[in-house]
Amino acid sequence: MLYLDHAATTPMRPEVWEAMSPHAGEVYGNASGSHRAARLAKNALEEARERAAALLGAQPLEIVFTGGGTEADNLAVQGAALAGGRRGAVVTTAIEHEAVLETAAFLEGLGCPVHLAGVDQMGVVDLDDLAGAIDEETAVVSVMSANNETGVCQPIRQISDAVKSINPAAVMHTDAVQSFISQDLNVDSLGVDLLSLAAHKFGGPKGVGLLYVRSGVGLEPVLHGGGQELGRRSGTHNVMGAVGMVKAMELTTADRERFRSDVGSARSEFEEALLRAVPDLEINAPLDGRLVQHSHLRIPEVRNETLLVRLDQRDLAVSAGSSCQSGAADISHVLAAMGFDDERARQCLRFSFGWTTAPEDGPAAAAILVEALEGLR
Amino acid sequence: MRGVGARRGGGDSSVAAAMMVEQGHEGIGATLKLWQGPNGEAPTAGCCTVSDSEDARRVAAQLDIPYYVLDYTDDFMSGVVDRFIGDYFSGLTPNPCVECNRTVKFSRFLDQAAEFGCDVLVTGHYARTRQDDSGWHLLKGVDPTKDQSYVLHMLGQEELERVRFPVGEQSKAETRTYAERLGLRTANKPDSQDICFVGDGNYRDFLRSQADEATRPGPIVDTDGEHLGTHEGVIDFTIGQRKGLGVALGEPRYVIGIEPSSATVTLGRREDLATSAFSVDSTGWVAGDPPPPGTLEVKVRYKSDPVPGLVVPTSDGASVTFDQPQGAIAPGQAAVFYDADEVIGGGTIVAT
Repeated sequence: MLYLDHAATTPMRPEVWEAMSPHAGEVYGNASGSHRAARLAKNALEEARERAAALLGAQPLEIVFTGGGTEADNLAVQGAALAGGRRGAVVTTAIEHEAVLETAAFLEGLGCPVHLAGVDQMGVVDLDDLAGAIDEETAVVSVMSANNETGVCQPIRQISDAVKSINPAAVMHTDAVQSFISQDLNVDSLGVDLLSLAAHKFGGPKGVGLLYVRSGVGLEPVLHGGGQELGRRSGTHNVMGAVGMVKAMELTTADRERFRSDVGSARSEFEEALLRAVPDLEINAPLDGRLVQHSHLRIPEVRNETLLVRLDQRDLAVSAGSSCQSGAADISHVLAAMGFDDERARQCLRFSFGWTTAPEDGPAAAAILVEALEGLR
Repeated sequence: MRGVGARRGGGDSSVAAAMMVEQGHEGIGATLKLWQGPNGEAPTAGCCTVSDSEDARRVAAQLDIPYYVLDYTDDFMSGVVDRFIGDYFSGLTPNPCVECNRTVKFSRFLDQAAEFGCDVLVTGHYARTRQDDSGWHLLKGVDPTKDQSYVLHMLGQEELERVRFPVGEQSKAETRTYAERLGLRTANKPDSQDICFVGDGNYRDFLRSQADEATRPGPIVDTDGEHLGTHEGVIDFTIGQRKGLGVALGEPRYVIGIEPSSATVTLGRREDLATSAFSVDSTGWVAGDPPPPGTLEVKVRYKSDPVPGLVVPTSDGASVTFDQPQGAIAPGQAAVFYDADEVIGGGTIVAT
């Protein structure tokens, strides 16, 4: 199989499982206990926290391990909006992941004012719209570093500067779930107070993520219970998950340069070969402002659902970008915000490359796609 | 041969898919997502629930064939639901299964199946197809209690060549036994409902939820035009209805007419319902060309027995004359013409 759906999830790196396996065996203690078994677990957890913090330019106690990217986003947006018993205002964008958008909709139901800033035709956030919505009521601003569907990147530093100049007390969050694998992220360079990551997007295990929480930022917890993670996230520590996640973060960081080079050449050869066969192909993100691993394309006249099946028959795994519970392709809210009508949105496919991609996978994928298109156009 | 099995999550389509796979054909499984609530939620009853597509997925896994959920909500809304609503408000009695087969399953989906590289579309309908020197023929299913050829009458030569109905060759009991032998989890599922998008609700509640027009009151009159009472919307009535009329007259009365522009419902006696002639449009002939005028068996509802009638094809449809007047001929329903077990054609009843 040629797997080009790495943005959905990517294979676990073997060294990650190696690092995790002691935690399925000899290290079994509850990190909150006070005996030797607990200490072994606690030591592993806190070491993981320190190493995660170091990679992001943060302090260890600023790292909150969560049950994944969705939980990190929920804790960030809901936690900041409801902190201190407030019903603070939320400013975000129309193209965020559902983990942010649905949390914002939930908060709106609780009485929090919510504003969704628009984007241009390439998916770049309208900064005037966003900045114009920020006032003294704004509790949290959430803008994703890069979009999970199209790969379009947002100017996070510029946005956080604008936010802080209008309301220094507003908490700035970025969902960096999709971008960590290819981009060096430093919380101070980005100027963010909160940052979400999910381990399985870069070779770690599913079911674990983290939220960076800048020291001094108060969050109302989403999960109530035993008060782990300094009261910010209750629940017995997932030590195995945290260890695996941090191992994946380190491997990813060490491998980024190679990743960008291999994936970059795979993608450009893929798109060049494809453009020769499909001259009216459209790339749905700015060429100089998108993640190196994403190729989100519109192939005029071809319904993506049909093409997905034909590619699956040729063992090329890709995605339409978003799907509902039953697996049917939904109309993407991201493309709708970019001004796509239903028909155009249904002609789009996402090819996403990953750490297992070799440069020659690009032309190979293009050849399969061209073959699958035969008779459809 | 590569086939695509279309399922509504029902046991019949699972068995149809299994029969094709066991005969050695390559296949893919697909569920058409036809309907969702206003906020995109899956229905809780009917054929498009999440648990239905889960059952279908499990059956496909058991058969070791790929499985997809395909989004047909837009086509189903424009081709079936909007028309269903419009027809009811026009005083007609629509058959959404016929429209779904005509505009979704055996048109666009049949084309998509070809794009998947499939030679045939396999469904769990109880009907049979045969090919001889004169072309393709559509026959009733072997099990007279389950025959679904009525809702398939619009299939012509081009479609029949590309469809297969394996369960139509056997009885419902045999299908259930087959499903049990394969251990298909859907073996004991109840049959899917007729109006899938209405779910477990009543279709009148559904119509009320769609438009205010549904609750426009109007007069109930007898055949002499005498006022008998008022009603709360024509959607509460279909031609031939006897119960729930909202007026007590001491003897059985039936709805014999619905006039939507004045929202007038006319009641009459059983004999007033009787019709000896009507015409149809949207007519299709299985053979392609219309047959010569002649007597055929005519079935005017899914659940009614066919009766002999003189069928005369016209330039844009057909006219039908019965030997004996028949009751409850409802405009909007399909009239299907049979020669013994064979479907000759059919159309939509327009006038009586």
